[in-house]
Amino acid sequence: MTQWALHEEGAAARAPRPARIPLRPGQKRKRRRGTLEGWSFAGPATLVVLGLSIFPAGWALLLSFQKWDGFSEAKFVGTRNYQQLATDPDLAAAIGHTIIYTIIFVPLSILTGVFLAVALNRKIRFIGLYRTAIFVPFVASAAATGILSTYLFNPQFGLVNNLLRVLGIPQQGWLENQHQAMVVIAIMSLWGQAAFTTVIYLAALQDVPSDLLEAARIDGANRWQAFWQVTWPQLAPVTVFATIWQTVEAIQLFDLVYTTTRGGPLDATKTIVYFLWEKAFTGLQFGYGSAVAYVLFAFTLLITVGVVLYARRAKIEAF
Amino acid sequence: MTTIERPATTRTTDEPVVRRARQGQPARRRWRRPSGWHLFLAPVALIFLLPFIQMFMASVSPAKELISFPPPFIPSHIDFGQIATATSPASGFIGLFSSSNIVLWLGNTTVVAIAAIGSHLVLCSLAGYGFARLKFRGRTFGFFAIVATIMIPTQLLMIPTYIMFSRIGLIDTLGAAIVPWLASAFGIFLMRQFFLSLPAELEEAAMLDGCGRWGVFFRVVLPLAKPALATLAIFTLLGSWNDLVWPLIAINNDHAFTLQLGIANFQGTRRTEWSLLMAGNVVATTPLILFFLVAQRQFIATMTFSGLKG
Repeated sequence: MTQWALHEEGAAARAPRPARIPLRPGQKRKRRRGTLEGWSFAGPATLVVLGLSIFPAGWALLLSFQKWDGFSEAKFVGTRNYQQLATDPDLAAAIGHTIIYTIIFVPLSILTGVFLAVALNRKIRFIGLYRTAIFVPFVASAAATGILSTYLFNPQFGLVNNLLRVLGIPQQGWLENQHQAMVVIAIMSLWGQAAFTTVIYLAALQDVPSDLLEAARIDGANRWQAFWQVTWPQLAPVTVFATIWQTVEAIQLFDLVYTTTRGGPLDATKTIVYFLWEKAFTGLQFGYGSAVAYVLFAFTLLITVGVVLYARRAKIEAF
Repeated sequence: MTTIERPATTRTTDEPVVRRARQGQPARRRWRRPSGWHLFLAPVALIFLLPFIQMFMASVSPAKELISFPPPFIPSHIDFGQIATATSPASGFIGLFSSSNIVLWLGNTTVVAIAAIGSHLVLCSLAGYGFARLKFRGRTFGFFAIVATIMIPTQLLMIPTYIMFSRIGLIDTLGAAIVPWLASAFGIFLMRQFFLSLPAELEEAAMLDGCGRWGVFFRVVLPLAKPALATLAIFTLLGSWNDLVWPLIAINNDHAFTLQLGIANFQGTRRTEWSLLMAGNVVATTPLILFFLVAQRQFIATMTFSGLKG
């Protein structure tokens, strides 16, 4: 993902910048003044961002080779934390639950985004209202979404079960059922997140050349064929990007689990980050928690690089 | 979809209508067959709104109706609840304001959001401008390091940041919620991209007229940066207002709770007092919903940019 930015960086460096007076050799003082001026602009923010990321990230790496509860003396244990997590059945279960969620959530969010974007990409009456209605859940916090989910999907009083009852379908346990809880969480995430994928697909749809579509129609393609043969391939870069983005978000799921099931029922919704949070902040295993965090980081990188490589091989210009 | 004889995009639907108008039948122009897409969009829009509608309805429902079966979707009468009595717990908005510190939490969250937005706008626009226009030693490396941090998941930083903050006494204070939001890699990146897109001639002209770098920044560049600043402000508002996991870790003191932490905690302790929970939810969500309705265009710009930043 950084590649694009680096590319830009190169372009920026080449761009002419006549506002700056060119240096003649020996003008050291001027150069020093330039450096001072530059950092007086960029310094404070750089300090905050790096101080709150690179520094703690390095510390976390150190911690991951220690055993420490935050109070007593930290003990260096080598790679024991990593060995322990490789055989930890609870972590394996948490990874499994995270994968289940990712498999449900990511394709759903991509499909929802595409379909909603196509539906919203037209000038018909009330379209502004429809857009607003679909986008407004984006501002709902995880805490608010969690409370809403527990009420909507409440087995006794919830709207959803009430609807099933009217339709004559057996009522479900939802968040209290270990096989359904993750599905409910995915649906509610989708409710809040659909706006994101929809918006980026909407932006991409504006860029699909309309003469391509017209040509396809003239060649006898119907709307359905024209979409899948012409529009969808044009959207591929966005799809690659959205897949990476949503996958990274999905494997970091925590908030909505905390505000709905707190990992239950029977640990069925305990995700990697929930496991990490529990170990570190209720179990005070800072070293072990840091090791888990690093494994998660590695996972994230691996998936990102994997999808990017796949896109390269499929000749999709995503980045 | 194949059976729809009229393509739904306006560009094509307009054609026959216009042609008819030219032939002297302007009356026809007013009536258009409603698009078939309404049949899809109207129910979908309703489904997306339903949780919010339910939230507002439930927040003014009599507490008993929320746990009756089947629950009425529309309350029998509007009920703002009551303070806790010997026989029944607190409920509704009256119960919420009397039995919790929600006003304090709302104040705390407002303070956090304002501090975050203010600091973000100042620090990120300065840095963005520096990285975009000034040439100085360490610039490329500094910017590269900042962009690289976007890849680091926040979960990796939670533990050391917690230890760091507890050493300097920030834990359990509002400062713990504010400091991580002082500036962000995303903000610096966004502002830099924006400043790169501005033509440099304007700044050169100002500098020829004897304006210094700071003068150029404040008098020439910043007034042009309003759209980017709005995007950044909304990004920061959404993030700082809705943040849950970090306040959850860093703040255990009820008086320093943020709104999100407050209602999440509420949910743990008052599991079945739905009218109270829903009233809390309304307080936590309504400000952002109103803000979204007012500044929808900027919100969408923010979403699009965070999608394109890659």
